[in-house]
Amino acid sequence: MAAVQETVDRVRRIDVDQYRYGFETLIESDKAPKGLSEDTVRFISAKKNEPAWMLEWRLEAYRRWLTMTEPKWARVNYPKIDYQDLYYYSAPKAKKTVSSLDEIDPEILKTYEKLGIPLREVEVLEGVVRPPEGEEGSGQRKIAVDAVFDSVSVATTFQKELKKAGVIFMPISEAIREHPELVKKYLGSVVPTSDNYFATLNSAVFSDGSFVYVPPGVRCPMELSTYFRINERNTGQFERTLIIADKGAYVSYLEGCTAPQRDENQLHAAVVELVTLDDAEIKYSTVQNWYPGNSEGVGGIYNFVTKRGDCRGNNSKISWTQVETGSAITWKYPSCILRGDNSRGEFYSVAISNGHQQVDSGTKMIHLGKNTTSRIISKGIAAGVSQNTYRGLVTAHRKATGARNFTACDSLLIGDKCGAHTVPYVEAKNSSALFEHEATTSKISEDVLFYCVQRGLTQEEAVGLVVNGFVKDVLQQLPMEFAVEAQKLISISLEGSVG
Amino acid sequence: MNLVVAKTETGRALSDIFDVARDRLPGGGKVADARQQAFEIYERAGLPHRRIEDWKYTDLRVLMREVLPPAPAPDAAAVKRAGSALKPHAIAGARRLVLVDGVFAAQLSDTDDFEQGLSVRTLREVLEAGDAALQAQLLSPDSSDPMVALNSAMMTDGLVIEVADGVVLTKPLHIVHIATAAQPLAMFTRSLLKLGKTAGATLVESYIGADGVKAYQVHDSLLLTVGDGARLDHVRLIEDSREAFNICAAVVTLGAHAHFNTFGMTSGGNVSRYQAVIAVAGEHSRVETSGVNLLNGRQHADTTLFLDHAVPNGTSHEIFRAVVDDRGHSVFQGRIIVRPKAQKTDARMMTRALLLSDDAEADNKPELEIFADDVACGHGATTGALDESLLFYLRARGLSEKEAQALLIQAFVGEAIEQIASDDLRGLAISAAERWLAARS
Amino acid sequence: MSLLEVKDLQVRVDEREILHGLSLTVNAGEVHAIMGPNGSGKSTLSHVIAGKPGYEVTGGEILFKGEDLLEMSPDERAVKGVFLAFQYPVEIPGVTTINFLRTALNAQRKARGEAEFLVPDFLKKMRSVAGSLNIPMDMLKRGVNVGFSGGEKKRNEILQMALFEPSLCILDEMDSGLDIDALRVAADGVNALRSPERAMVVITHYQRLLNYIVPDVVHVMSKGRVVKSGGKELALELEASGYAQFEDAA
Repeated sequence: MAAVQETVDRVRRIDVDQYRYGFETLIESDKAPKGLSEDTVRFISAKKNEPAWMLEWRLEAYRRWLTMTEPKWARVNYPKIDYQDLYYYSAPKAKKTVSSLDEIDPEILKTYEKLGIPLREVEVLEGVVRPPEGEEGSGQRKIAVDAVFDSVSVATTFQKELKKAGVIFMPISEAIREHPELVKKYLGSVVPTSDNYFATLNSAVFSDGSFVYVPPGVRCPMELSTYFRINERNTGQFERTLIIADKGAYVSYLEGCTAPQRDENQLHAAVVELVTLDDAEIKYSTVQNWYPGNSEGVGGIYNFVTKRGDCRGNNSKISWTQVETGSAITWKYPSCILRGDNSRGEFYSVAISNGHQQVDSGTKMIHLGKNTTSRIISKGIAAGVSQNTYRGLVTAHRKATGARNFTACDSLLIGDKCGAHTVPYVEAKNSSALFEHEATTSKISEDVLFYCVQRGLTQEEAVGLVVNGFVKDVLQQLPMEFAVEAQKLISISLEGSVG
Repeated sequence: MNLVVAKTETGRALSDIFDVARDRLPGGGKVADARQQAFEIYERAGLPHRRIEDWKYTDLRVLMREVLPPAPAPDAAAVKRAGSALKPHAIAGARRLVLVDGVFAAQLSDTDDFEQGLSVRTLREVLEAGDAALQAQLLSPDSSDPMVALNSAMMTDGLVIEVADGVVLTKPLHIVHIATAAQPLAMFTRSLLKLGKTAGATLVESYIGADGVKAYQVHDSLLLTVGDGARLDHVRLIEDSREAFNICAAVVTLGAHAHFNTFGMTSGGNVSRYQAVIAVAGEHSRVETSGVNLLNGRQHADTTLFLDHAVPNGTSHEIFRAVVDDRGHSVFQGRIIVRPKAQKTDARMMTRALLLSDDAEADNKPELEIFADDVACGHGATTGALDESLLFYLRARGLSEKEAQALLIQAFVGEAIEQIASDDLRGLAISAAERWLAARS
Repeated sequence: MSLLEVKDLQVRVDEREILHGLSLTVNAGEVHAIMGPNGSGKSTLSHVIAGKPGYEVTGGEILFKGEDLLEMSPDERAVKGVFLAFQYPVEIPGVTTINFLRTALNAQRKARGEAEFLVPDFLKKMRSVAGSLNIPMDMLKRGVNVGFSGGEKKRNEILQMALFEPSLCILDEMDSGLDIDALRVAADGVNALRSPERAMVVITHYQRLLNYIVPDVVHVMSKGRVVKSGGKELALELEASGYAQFEDAA
């Protein structure tokens, strides 16, 4: 105990005002009236110039939502959410149409600059995204970015280059108008409108998000990325992402999230749907750093997210990688439905909770096809007075012969006021399924810390070293630029213990 | 007591059963009030179903459908049939205590020559005689679980055993539950074993059915208190008839420096559920719990263990094995909680399932809830079929498919049986496993 | 009548043909060596003779003492006297070697209608065989092959061979993973079991083993067929010139 006491104290003292992304952008915005009703849904649909079928789809979801109750099974506690006390739509008041980046409100561009997000293609080309040290030359990759500010997509870069490859990458609001046949076919086909309380709410009021379609045989020429930012007060953000990799296609997609510091809690209820057809692959990476609330547990984002991938085709693959450091409450289970024969699902997660954060996150691997395989690597780190839960389901259907899963969940506790929990469900319904699950909970070994300190590292550096070693398996799964950012974030979220 | 109630559907009808039975159930005053309250709790909840997290995999509304009326007290013929059913399960040198159709049968039990410091009474006696402290303890189980509440309301008989401080029993105690009724009826029993400081005992529980019994229901609960420095070795063998239901809840409390070694094997019954709450309430105590499900046909067996480490320096090791053939369904839920003050806890759990058929199902839910940082906790779960290369190796050496399987199954469950501390008890478990394997081929 | 007759054997694994019409005749009392490069189908042949699942015989036949071996389950073959010494003997945790040996021996005897060994008789027999192979008792008390060294695993295979007294022994790459001393011990064990009633098929990649177990007949396999057969001098010829000369013949 004594060896880590200093660390524990420092972690406890963290003033989360250190949240690096906690600034607010002062811009005028265009909001829907507060509260939720059919009129709100109509308002959003009208703002987006949506076709009638889309409005009908939303209204159906809204009516369904009215009959549902908020789920209570997760290990998270929060005061009742007043859904009538939220704004469901907020858009930066901008010029009518945005045809180039120059027309975007400079305040917004400044915000993204502060976040270090390369909205300007030129910046990317000039190498603003630096490769990590020692990896010279290899890191100058292009990243196409779709930036979502409150409820609206404000800029999507590299449109032309992507178009040349046949890749569609645009705000989903545009896709509804420009590619209705694709949206109609796939929207809600992985996460149905009736799926769960938050997903149903999202279906009714989602305002924007990204849409990606990679045509057969195309390997998307660059990483695609979306940055989400909640700016407005009392605003819920409900983005919707839909990614389709057609036969033999490949795409890697990155997602980052931040929000300003606010005293009140903000609701984020996103839905992400991924579809892979035969031989296709989607790699989806998230670095989630929503505002976690202050050191007293006041404020912070409620992050209730439904993410699901459907390996619809044979030999297809979906890989989720997430680094979760933010949010007051995280309720999130990126899952894979392994429908196609020989399909593969992966889930790599680092979830860090500090202060008063509550994390209940994990995955579901649903084996339906033959010879499907899945792999789950989850690393939970709890500090402060936080609660960190891994919740996961692995199930093999009767016909999923030859299903294979390997799961490893490890938890690390820093301090004696936090909790780390593991709730796996392992369900095998045929004898050829082979499942292996292992979980450990431990604290940082005093012997290891002492060894490091004896070799000249400070206590914090030693903890940092151990934590980075602990999460290495997962960070390796991230694209390089993200891995560097994630590593920094992990340091910041354990600030005080890790320099 | 002589209750004969026509077979009825659940819900409303059960309250009729309770109304009829109430006046004849042992204990008045506070006991009767507690029964009434418990019954109301049960009535509000009804049979547990899959939407109740703890019963997720064992939906009694589907599997059991209804609670049967209580069996009548056994007559002489019933006791005779019980006596012959008992023989293959007798343990040499043990003190046998027999419950026939949920009622203590002195004729079949060893009630002579009690060791100094050993007290054995029936639940009926204790509830009626008004030993307030014991009664309070018997009524203490948490009624938030509907089946525990039902048991509290309906408990008819059982054994209340006390072992005084410092007394180490040389003879094992063997409680045998035998069903004899030719009608589908239920038994409601509750037993208590209380070990004083530095006391020691061995408890074996067997659940069996006489020839020709119908789809009877066993509703049992067991309260175990292991005092400071005491040691309890415990084995339970569920070898009920293949149509039977066995729903049992155990509540175990350990003092300081106590040692509890427990093993359970379910090879009989149609649907069975054993849920045990083991509270490590004193420091430096040790729990070893292991179990085996051996299932075939359409058997369903659920073992749900909750290990509660409330104080520092506790140790618990859990090993569970399931072998499932045909359309069998094995459930293991193992929850370990390490409360904030329980530093230096060492808690480990390993559950493995072996599926022998494509229609077999095994669900494992090992759970860790850790609130203290200086702990070493872990769990593992695996599911799979018999290793083909091992099977081939054995067959290439001349073993038939069944023989090769049997050898590998014995080795597989052996890892759980190994954890039984006493050689004699291990022998009992091995025999029970062999009976299952022999019946299989 | 020959002990083992393999006639025009064709075998597939996962739609791929491994053996394309292999023939081989082995008489009692003979020691045959089958040599060939990796992937020539040597191990496939040994597995098919022993009846390992996963191989599809699409043509030809295997007669053992005149009976159709392919119709028999693996244990029936073992009972008839077919013994395969595995290249990689499996580990069986939880099953002690003693228990395994007794169970297997008695299963074979029972299937042949012979009296089963009682524990004391069995132990006596096992002790004498184990002693001759220099196998200590504590090794026999451990799980089958669990934690055994490469040499110990092979010695355990030979122990079983000596105990079960089969009429056909197939030794699959017995030399793999053994140093020269362990190889000599294993080979001595095998040589002690040579007899006029028993035949042996020694499968090996290298000539080295055949210095210790001297064969009567040497077959060279390539691409799923026997491409050349001859006396023990053929092995030395191979040692000098390699397998390449036979690749074209296949």
